[in-house]
Amino acid sequence: MNHLMIAPVLLPAVLGALQLLWMRGDLPLQRVFSSTGTALLVVVALILLGQASAGEVMVYRLGNWAAPFGIVLMLDRLAAMMVLLTSVVALIVQIYAIGSGWDRKGWHFHALWQFQLMGVCGAFLTGDAFNLFVFFEILLIASYGLMTHGGGEMRVRAGVQYVVVNLAGSALFLVALGVLYAVTGTLNMADMAARVAQMPPEDTALLRTGAVLIMLVFAIKAALVPLHFWLPSTYGNAPGPVAALFAIMTKVGVYAIIRFFTLIFPHDTVAGTLASEILLPAALITLAVGQIGIMGSRQLLRVGAFAALGSVGTLMIAVSQMNAEAMTAAIYYMVHSTLAAATLFLVLDLSARWRGDYWLRAGTVMPQSGLVSALFFAAAVAVVGLPPFSGFIGKLMVLDATAGAPAMPLIWSVILVTSLIALVGMSRVGTKLYLKPFGEVVLGGGGGSADFPTAPLRSDEPAPWLSVTAIMALLATVLALTVFAGPATRFAQATADQLYDPALYLKAVLADQEGTK
Amino acid sequence: MELLVSSAIGLLTAAGIYLVLRQRSFPVVLGMTLLSYAINVFLFATGRLVVNAPPVLQKGVTTYTDPLPQALVLTAIVISFGMTAVVVVMAIGSFLEGGDDRIDMPEADRIPETGDTQRGPRA
Repeated sequence: MNHLMIAPVLLPAVLGALQLLWMRGDLPLQRVFSSTGTALLVVVALILLGQASAGEVMVYRLGNWAAPFGIVLMLDRLAAMMVLLTSVVALIVQIYAIGSGWDRKGWHFHALWQFQLMGVCGAFLTGDAFNLFVFFEILLIASYGLMTHGGGEMRVRAGVQYVVVNLAGSALFLVALGVLYAVTGTLNMADMAARVAQMPPEDTALLRTGAVLIMLVFAIKAALVPLHFWLPSTYGNAPGPVAALFAIMTKVGVYAIIRFFTLIFPHDTVAGTLASEILLPAALITLAVGQIGIMGSRQLLRVGAFAALGSVGTLMIAVSQMNAEAMTAAIYYMVHSTLAAATLFLVLDLSARWRGDYWLRAGTVMPQSGLVSALFFAAAVAVVGLPPFSGFIGKLMVLDATAGAPAMPLIWSVILVTSLIALVGMSRVGTKLYLKPFGEVVLGGGGGSADFPTAPLRSDEPAPWLSVTAIMALLATVLALTVFAGPATRFAQATADQLYDPALYLKAVLADQEGTK
Repeated sequence: MELLVSSAIGLLTAAGIYLVLRQRSFPVVLGMTLLSYAINVFLFATGRLVVNAPPVLQKGVTTYTDPLPQALVLTAIVISFGMTAVVVVMAIGSFLEGGDDRIDMPEADRIPETGDTQRGPRA
């Protein structure tokens, strides 16, 4: 067994606990340990990605118990890629959080950050449906703490809503798992897939109910319309770096939908075409709501929240096609949209802090506005999907993959029209913030309050280099995804092919069990 | 017994959902608790209802009760217990910060007052 596979779960768990036990109140030490830990996680994820690229599906049997009885962790291309994406985003955003002073606004920021990473990595790696629930809970509990980090009335109020929605989602998750267990008698995902495939078609009513229930659960996490209501006020009121990290959280929902509906309920078998029939309209409306929301936002982080919503819509359009070509596009776009949304959140947070105002309205001239506006311009171009950034390639791949679909005219028109709407919306934000700063509002009154980690930047101060470097590093990853679009696409292609060959996954878990208990 | 268990699950779920949809945080917390009870009983029933049967292999016994849902319920109870504590603390925090226990976002979350640079009204 490859023991490195469990490192993305163990490393953050140990570090988080250590920070609570031994580094309480010692912020410099927490910063050093936490960022070193996340950097180590990037290294581990790179090694795992290298191993997974060989095409083999690797299994880690906890306690060395045989498969349907013990819990297994699985590492295939998709899981390895998502762990790497998580760790890279987490490292850069964490550096931004340190540079911006957000981690100073409350207790245990870095410990919660590590527990969040533990939950997210675990959710990507696990091969057991109930274990997935447990990791979802871990990442949610950590996210409740992070979301309300720093306090303040609106943030705590939004936090209560976020907690209640997710508690209801967890309740639904348990119901769905109960139904699936009652029908199949197993919780191991590979075993469940094998049993579902053998089920006679006339006995599948309850199974289809379970499939739809579990899709609803993941749709809440992915924030698909009409289950998206928690997202704008959560992301809009969270601290900027936390909102940037949450860009990966909606992708956990998308990942789970991809995993369940390629492995356990593949297209045109037991659950039939049910999933894609529900997902496609929901995805189209999500995209439209997100991009129109950018136009209508009056608060900076909400712009990012709606942009993230729109990117989930585009992503799910590709996923709902349920074929390998569209899945290639979805995987490429998933990486791009996570990086781009995180960049946008950081730039918006930077602008809000330097202006000392979260509202989208003309005010006095912002210091260093040239630098920030350049960063915003790049982030907005990446999010909307214009060349030269990878969003353009991603959207092109999605359009190309849906060219043969029956709903092609509708899909194309929604994607293209909403791209224009998003472009206009982003132009509006940029114009108001950076080009026309001659309003009547005198900015800078909010420094030192719960909403801001630092006082607004004065015009004679130099730019805090750590925050700016972090944003540039994220932009560099987006650029790298564009420059190396060829290898990235080939990897996405191989990942999609692996997803649509579930026999590999099943064989890895259920066969080859020598030496287990 | 099946009728008793299923109607109990149904009643608890219905009451829970009704309470969760209220606009004050206290009924919502109670609703979440009821909902988690309903789900625990439901999970328990997914292993089929068997009375007076052992969960662990024994000699000379042919009927068993499924031990796995019991383990699942145990996990679910621990998690929902912890989550209830979290949501109560957050609801109290929201009450202390905002001065009321409403669960919906106030108007000030969307519309800025002139000259106010924070995201909401200051006390």
